[in-house]
Amino acid sequence: MFSDPIVAMIIRGIGETLLMTLASTFFGYVIGLPWGVGLTITKKGGLAENPLAYRILDVLSNLMRSIPFLILLILLIPVTRFIVGTSVGTKATILPLTVSAAPMIARMVQSSLEEVDSGVIEAARAMGASTSQIVFHVLLVEGRISLISGATISTTTVLGYSAMAGIVGGGGLGDIAIRYGYYRYEAGIMVITVILLVVLVQVFQLIGNRLVNKLDRRR
Amino acid sequence: MGIVELQHLSKTFGTGDGQVHALKDVSLSVDEGDIYGIIGMSGAGKSTLVRCINFLEVPTEGEVVVEGRNMKELNEREIREERARIGMIFQNFNLLMQKSVLDNVCFPLTLHHEKKEDAQKRAQELLALVELTDKAQSYPAQLSGGQRQRVAIARALASNPKILLCDEATSALDPQTTKSILALLKRINEELGITIIIITHQMSVVREICRHVAIIENGSLAEKGDVEEIFTHPKSRAGQKLIIGGSDPENASAMRTVTELLESRKIRIVFSENSSYEPVIANMVLTIGQPVNILRADTKNVGGTAKGEMILGLPGEEEVQEKIISYLKDHNLSVEEVSGDVF
Repeated sequence: MFSDPIVAMIIRGIGETLLMTLASTFFGYVIGLPWGVGLTITKKGGLAENPLAYRILDVLSNLMRSIPFLILLILLIPVTRFIVGTSVGTKATILPLTVSAAPMIARMVQSSLEEVDSGVIEAARAMGASTSQIVFHVLLVEGRISLISGATISTTTVLGYSAMAGIVGGGGLGDIAIRYGYYRYEAGIMVITVILLVVLVQVFQLIGNRLVNKLDRRR
Repeated sequence: MGIVELQHLSKTFGTGDGQVHALKDVSLSVDEGDIYGIIGMSGAGKSTLVRCINFLEVPTEGEVVVEGRNMKELNEREIREERARIGMIFQNFNLLMQKSVLDNVCFPLTLHHEKKEDAQKRAQELLALVELTDKAQSYPAQLSGGQRQRVAIARALASNPKILLCDEATSALDPQTTKSILALLKRINEELGITIIIITHQMSVVREICRHVAIIENGSLAEKGDVEEIFTHPKSRAGQKLIIGGSDPENASAMRTVTELLESRKIRIVFSENSSYEPVIANMVLTIGQPVNILRADTKNVGGTAKGEMILGLPGEEEVQEKIISYLKDHNLSVEEVSGDVF
């Protein structure tokens, strides 16, 4: 049905999508995890209550999440060019994807950590645990199931955003779908790429669910 | 000077109109090696009180002196070090659900950078103490409530504390399990010499293991002293409510209807040294030839001695009433009159 160059292009597209998604999610967590921890502990009644710090983290996260990804992508072009050296291609897309994912991930992390039983935190305090010990030994450990579920959602969301990167020549399956399916009316290629995106989401979700089942000790 | 000294402790939450005075000028002293009960209705402030001991709550006013150290004068790090010397267990056990039983017991040692092998060795010893050696690799979710509390006790003892705080530790457990946990606490007190402070709303818990008790009502200390003494002659209203009215508020209201129906004279008798094998009340009825109405009875056999209390409604004739009272007094029972409004 498809010629070899098109098959090769689609395979390359899968690789690019995976790279964008996983790298952006990873960097998103590098920023979003401490951000989420910060939100959790500086909140009123938190371990290191700090109204000013909370306000800054809170407002920043809301502000950044309210910018549509497509606009962010364009707004960040100069920054991307400065950091990555170019503003087109797969690598260049990772930066705006990360910037867009981080505040969302921070909120995911915050909501996961707030689920951790306050009684267990109190018990740790009663044992003489410091704030950082509570974060690393209690919050992140007891909240890990919820954190993994959150990571699954974040990854699939980033995957969805990565498809939009096609607009700026970002590469990946979304790029192919837009270029061939939308600009050139090649519905076949578009359907295939969409199916592949659906499969990828399913795979991420499956991996996430498996991990949750394997690691949860609450039953 | 006691191992724990609380001097004029007050704790206020919030400011302005929303202010809540959780504790008002509470002073008490707990001697080393004691089992000290702090009892009160829910909302009386007893949980706040126990959290002031390890400074999980910082008192608004007053001093907390633990092992001769004034908590107020310690810095953040010193407070954390002191907390490690005070074990604490909770109503909801508060175990780490994602860690195995062994890791839970190791947890306080990990926090204080103990070597892994040493921590595990100590944890195994403690699991043996609480009789859970075979559950070391299980997870808390696989254990019963009683077993979870045993793990929590082992964890609380891991850092060799001198003091163990128990915050409603048996409130989520059934009576049978409560008994076994209390027996374990008693053993820990006797064998390891750990001072235990028990917060509870259950009079039965205090009666079972405490030597001294403080009664807290609306954030204030209503009464404190020897358990036997307070149990026999509660002076404060709060004490009478807890002891005579029963720990259970529902019980108390049921009692009210009964006593209101029977407007006869009522007495409360306390068993402390009578033989369980001697049927005092039955003998009295046989001797005097008049029935009495048992309105409430809560007695049990402790090592062959009857312990507990009973409230009797007396028959109408005053002469018979006096006979009954003197009969009971002759049999070494403590008798006191109670009126309807004590409930």
